[in-house]
Amino acid sequence: MAAAHVDVRNLCVTVRTPDGSPLHIVDDVSFSIARGEVLALIGESGSGKTTIALSLMGYARSGASISGDITVGDATLDGSGKATLAAQRGHRITYVAQSAAAAFNPSRRVIEQVIEPALIHGTATAVEARRHAVELFEALALPDPATIGTRYPHELSGGQLQRLMAAMALITRPDLVIFDEPTTALDVTTQVEVLQAFRKVVREQGATGVYVSHDLAVVAQMADQILVLNRGSVREQNAVRAVLEAPADDYTKTLLAAARPVIKAAVPVAAVGKPLLSIEGIHAGYGPVDRHGRAAHPVLTDVSLQIGRGAAVGVIGESGSGKSTVARVVAGLLAPTAGAVSLDGQPLAASLKDRSREELRRIQIVFQNADVALNPAHSVGEILGRVLRFYHGTSGAAVNSRVAELLDLIKLPATIADRRCDELSGGQKQRVNLARALAAQPDVILCDEVTSALDTVVREAILELLAELRRDLGVAYLFISHDIATVKALCDEIVVLYKGTRVESGLRNTYATPPFHPYTDLLISSVPELRTDWLSGVGSQGKVPFAHLSESPDLCRFLPRCPVAIAGRCDVFPPPFRTMTAGNAVLCHRTEAELAGEFA
Amino acid sequence: MNVGSIIRGARRLPLSGKIGLALVIFWIVVAIVGPFIAPYPPGSFANEEVFAGSSSEFWLGSDFLGRDVLSRLLSGARFTVGLSAIAVTIAACLGTGLALTAAVGPRWGDELLSRSMDTLISIPSKIFALVLVAAFGSSIVLLTLIIAITYVPGNFRIARSLAVGLARLDYVEVARARGEGRLHLALVEVLPNMIKPLFADIGLRFVFIVLLLSGLSFLGLGLQPPDADLGSLVRENTSGLAEGALAIIAPAVAIASLTVGVNLLIDAATQGKAH
Repeated sequence: MAAAHVDVRNLCVTVRTPDGSPLHIVDDVSFSIARGEVLALIGESGSGKTTIALSLMGYARSGASISGDITVGDATLDGSGKATLAAQRGHRITYVAQSAAAAFNPSRRVIEQVIEPALIHGTATAVEARRHAVELFEALALPDPATIGTRYPHELSGGQLQRLMAAMALITRPDLVIFDEPTTALDVTTQVEVLQAFRKVVREQGATGVYVSHDLAVVAQMADQILVLNRGSVREQNAVRAVLEAPADDYTKTLLAAARPVIKAAVPVAAVGKPLLSIEGIHAGYGPVDRHGRAAHPVLTDVSLQIGRGAAVGVIGESGSGKSTVARVVAGLLAPTAGAVSLDGQPLAASLKDRSREELRRIQIVFQNADVALNPAHSVGEILGRVLRFYHGTSGAAVNSRVAELLDLIKLPATIADRRCDELSGGQKQRVNLARALAAQPDVILCDEVTSALDTVVREAILELLAELRRDLGVAYLFISHDIATVKALCDEIVVLYKGTRVESGLRNTYATPPFHPYTDLLISSVPELRTDWLSGVGSQGKVPFAHLSESPDLCRFLPRCPVAIAGRCDVFPPPFRTMTAGNAVLCHRTEAELAGEFA
Repeated sequence: MNVGSIIRGARRLPLSGKIGLALVIFWIVVAIVGPFIAPYPPGSFANEEVFAGSSSEFWLGSDFLGRDVLSRLLSGARFTVGLSAIAVTIAACLGTGLALTAAVGPRWGDELLSRSMDTLISIPSKIFALVLVAAFGSSIVLLTLIIAITYVPGNFRIARSLAVGLARLDYVEVARARGEGRLHLALVEVLPNMIKPLFADIGLRFVFIVLLLSGLSFLGLGLQPPDADLGSLVRENTSGLAEGALAIIAPAVAIASLTVGVNLLIDAATQGKAH
């Protein structure tokens, strides 16, 4: 092993609490990184991982102070070496942030922004920097590396911007690159491409890196060493493989367990009679509706699904697939342009104001982000109490006792009723968010990405709670998520949406083995696995024959990305629904035998 | 909110907020008891000398007609503080009420209200007030109403942009999906979350109103003599400006301390709550 290139000894980051006593948000952390290696900092939110990464740049948030010894190359924290860390920012030490879309200036071409660090620090002339940038674009597998730089940020996708940001970080040939959750905001299918590009470029450039993430499976692909953090102190530090295969610390074991959601005990669903909630041929969109009944920005095309009493149906797809729109249509927040929603066989009115209060009570919606889903001006008790008064006419002391019951149901202490939502943690907020829906005693809860904003450990607890509530109360779920592992853990039936069309639907076990729809296959194979060689094993999508075509509403929507499209069939006719022997329905021209063969 | 929590809240204010609070309380007290403790009737020609300096009989000297400045200040404060406070309350209630209607109501309602407010806002406020005073005369009640109406569009603009932003948030969507009526959405879900920035706006508008009132008085269209607000005290004594008479400095300092006090208090109070 080479001499330590980055060396951190006894790092503490301290803030003052309101009463004046010091609080260590990072407590006595020591580690070192050899040249050319990547160290991952992993932990939940609040574990201090980003704070440590920022202190490597000599930066502390206002009110915080850094103590300890940090050496990066020739620079040290206090400047006793050749330079201070702060003077190295953007030059010898660079940073890749979580949201590249927010990090680029929308009014300047990307190449100008990518080469800017090199020009500011005078490491290269403009011509050299441009040439180096194009090399980096190529290494990062960006399309049209020679010309992509002349575009503006809004003309590029999130995954492309994230890679461009990596190019910006590498343009000065830095001693250390800090990646701060660079793929967390991306879809799984995009994440794979970005990770592959990052890994390639980091290896080629021999860059030393710090990779901050909460996702063990992602880290397993990128890092050589892992540092597990919890509440600002180190729980375990070891090589990646050792951490994954033989975790020494209990906390690491918890993280590992949470990274693989276990399938919750299935609830026997009475398969009698009519489904509870049925969605038939929904078309919906935003903007004005034209003469043919199509919205200006159509989102959903012919989506149908059924939910039985007490069943859990998952809807999965990437961003822009229209999965949240399904929930909005069912809740009555958005009127569909065609199709019908019915509850217990009774058709529901398209818009909210034509539905009865009883109908509204039976379908409740829970939004993803509990920070904005709970009114910060009200206490937990007021939020829950309002629902009780509104639907059940509960009043007086009965409200308080019912609120206490609800809080007990979601495993929060009754004293929390007097607290405001901004005093709660993320997981607690999401529980209150659920409790508000439960207060109505609904038949169906529409869960829109309810676990997506949570840490793995908290997510696992919320999933457990959802499964338990379903078992005890017999409530049905329409569970919307972009994460197939989460959906599989909770739902008995799964619908895959792509660009507003249902490409596959079937029971959970049909998603265990092929045949799948080619898009489902892409989704499943894109979920990072907890082994270090996973990323190398993911076949970069074979040749895509129709990549040049733009997507058309009359053909298979997936055609421009489909690796198994057939000329003369897929680019001419709309695809049929085929029912596979396992029972899943797939919207594809390929037959069962062909699909099974392709992905075997 | 009970008295105890108000006192606790006041204790937590930063120093600037405490100074602001002290100034505001001082002026409220002056507005209430001022006329009763004034040593002379505000209209009486108590002093032989005009623009006299400070003396034990006339603490703040005399004005351009030899009237006692302190007495006129004490009775003038009532008009400035009272009239501005009532006008700003009316303006804020109307403006915010209409803004909430626009935010949770149908789209055409929003369009209608916004465009009519744009029309009102395009008329310069002083000219608008002048026209209204010319048309309807200048009794104190009318003056208050006119000033209030002048400041409705500005408040509406701010409140509407706040309310429209809030009305799109998930918690309002949840309430809408629950089947809540528009009144509930506006008053319970949206309004409590826009109070802080609204108060900052109201503080600013209070100051504008003090200044507009002074401006109108300067043109002789505000309060009619012998009544005088702080603005008219400045105006009627402008001839003393060259000699630096107390008669003009005292009301000017009064206006400044009132407006600075209000702003300090509101800044400190709204910042404090944000944390």
